Amino acid sequence: MKRIYFDHSATTPVDNEVAALMMEYMTEKFGNPSSIHSFGREVKKSVDEARQQLASLLNANSNEIFFTSGGTEADNLALKGLAFANRKKGNHIITTCIEHHAILHTCDYLEKNGFTVTYLPVDENAMVRLEDVKKAITDKTILISVMFANNEVGTIQPIKEIGQLAREKGIYFHTDAVQAVGNYPIDVKEYNIDLLTLSAHKFHGPKGIGALYIRRGVRIDAVQHGGGQERSLRAGTENVPGIVGLGKAAEIAQQDMTKKIARISTLRDKLIKGLMEKVPDIKLNGHPTQRMPGSVNFSFLYVEGESLLLNLDLKGIAASSGSACTSGSLDPSHVLLAMGLTHEVAHGSLRLTLGRGNTEEDVEYCLTVLPEIVGRLRSMSPLSASSKMSDSNPCSICKH
Amino acid sequence: MYTEKVMDHFTNPRNVGEISDANGVGEVGNAKCGDIMRIYLKVEDDIIKDVKFKTFGCGAAIATSSMVTELVMGKTLDEALEISNQAVAEALGGLPPAKMHCSNLAADALHEAIKDYIEKKGK
Ligand SMILES: Cc1ncc(COP(=O)(O)O)c(C=O)c1O
Ligand SMILES: [Zn+2]
Repeated sequence: MKRIYFDHSATTPVDNEVAALMMEYMTEKFGNPSSIHSFGREVKKSVDEARQQLASLLNANSNEIFFTSGGTEADNLALKGLAFANRKKGNHIITTCIEHHAILHTCDYLEKNGFTVTYLPVDENAMVRLEDVKKAITDKTILISVMFANNEVGTIQPIKEIGQLAREKGIYFHTDAVQAVGNYPIDVKEYNIDLLTLSAHKFHGPKGIGALYIRRGVRIDAVQHGGGQERSLRAGTENVPGIVGLGKAAEIAQQDMTKKIARISTLRDKLIKGLMEKVPDIKLNGHPTQRMPGSVNFSFLYVEGESLLLNLDLKGIAASSGSACTSGSLDPSHVLLAMGLTHEVAHGSLRLTLGRGNTEEDVEYCLTVLPEIVGRLRSMSPLSASSKMSDSNPCSICKH
Repeated sequence: MYTEKVMDHFTNPRNVGEISDANGVGEVGNAKCGDIMRIYLKVEDDIIKDVKFKTFGCGAAIATSSMVTELVMGKTLDEALEISNQAVAEALGGLPPAKMHCSNLAADALHEAIKDYIEKKGK
């Protein structure tokens, strides 16, 4: 059976060139970059090159790049590192309700350790309002952290404006750009970004490697202590194959960026338009225009997300959903709820994220298969346009 | 994640639909939690002559609905009342532990439908 991958926000395949390069750094060029002999020196040089390749993608300097084990670690390092380094200045942090759990759970931890956190609401398109950021600032605010692009609905935030506001107020600004880096152009200088999180596996690099950009002059504490690697901000022998893979992926992303965005957003728009034409009673989630090039997210009323996913999988299409039954909890996605979706509409959400390998035929195939699946599930559903969606009975099992 | 039996009932659900002259109807769950099950019964001489279901929910919710209808077809009401959610899960070869919410609705919906039948008959 033909298999179609529409889950690029979850992860992407490693580029062949990247994989081949990494192989070289596992077998032949296996040295430890801290060693002074030739084995170490050749590898040290490659790590520095990768740092430069990544810096170039962000318009940063290579000494502003710190490699980590991925997005989660970089988020932890940014928030804890900055908070603990600035606790004499203040204890207040501003973030949003729609962040990834790598940010939200780190904030939980900081709240248990003497910091206070304001979680900004978003509008119905998952967009943060600049006004709300302004209002949340106090004289104790040390950090604002707002994600660049949301991983579930793809909305791109007004990063430049928030960065400018933070800069004017003398507050540090961090952005979790895991979804955006390599898939959308980012200039840390133009956007007034002080700290930025990225992860290689979202743009055809390997899993388990990422980086934190820290603008020169911004001081943070280390979270992981040990040897002096990454200028003592992230101790531990470098993941050299991962780092060179990340560097290569960054180089390829930079070369392909404009073409890739044009091609993928055309496919995205075709899929969005096609589904709106073919399926009644659906709702596009996320901003209509300010969204990631590959991001499609719909709620299909009267059906449940996991049953959509299972049916799509049987037809070879890989997607994801924000329904409770896929989140592993009794509630649907916190992002969809923060946007004001009711539980029942959030349960019917389906995320299709397109990427480099997708073609027009993939989109067409999805447009024939998905409406049929929705139709069949709706014919089995006790809900419909005429039935009342909510509060039929209180549930006998959970609190709903 | 799901057994073959679950996937069979999910992709090929038995007894989907409504019974226009049903004499017992039961519904459990709530759209808010992501699962609603409605069971229609046609009972004659205390025997379940026909049963159909409509379900809004995940794979486990649809498969358990389908399975419970298969288990009670042709059974007496007393036999049907004996069927537990656990029995439905066992008949499907087990369900993932994370699915306790959606898996615990099918027998409840059936029992609600029987209760509805008994109440209506009593009037
Ligand atoms: C917005 C966002 N932040 C952080 C992460 C975590 O990154 P990693 O998987 O590299 O730890 C992800 C990954 O899904 C993400 O989408
Ligand atoms: Zn469920």
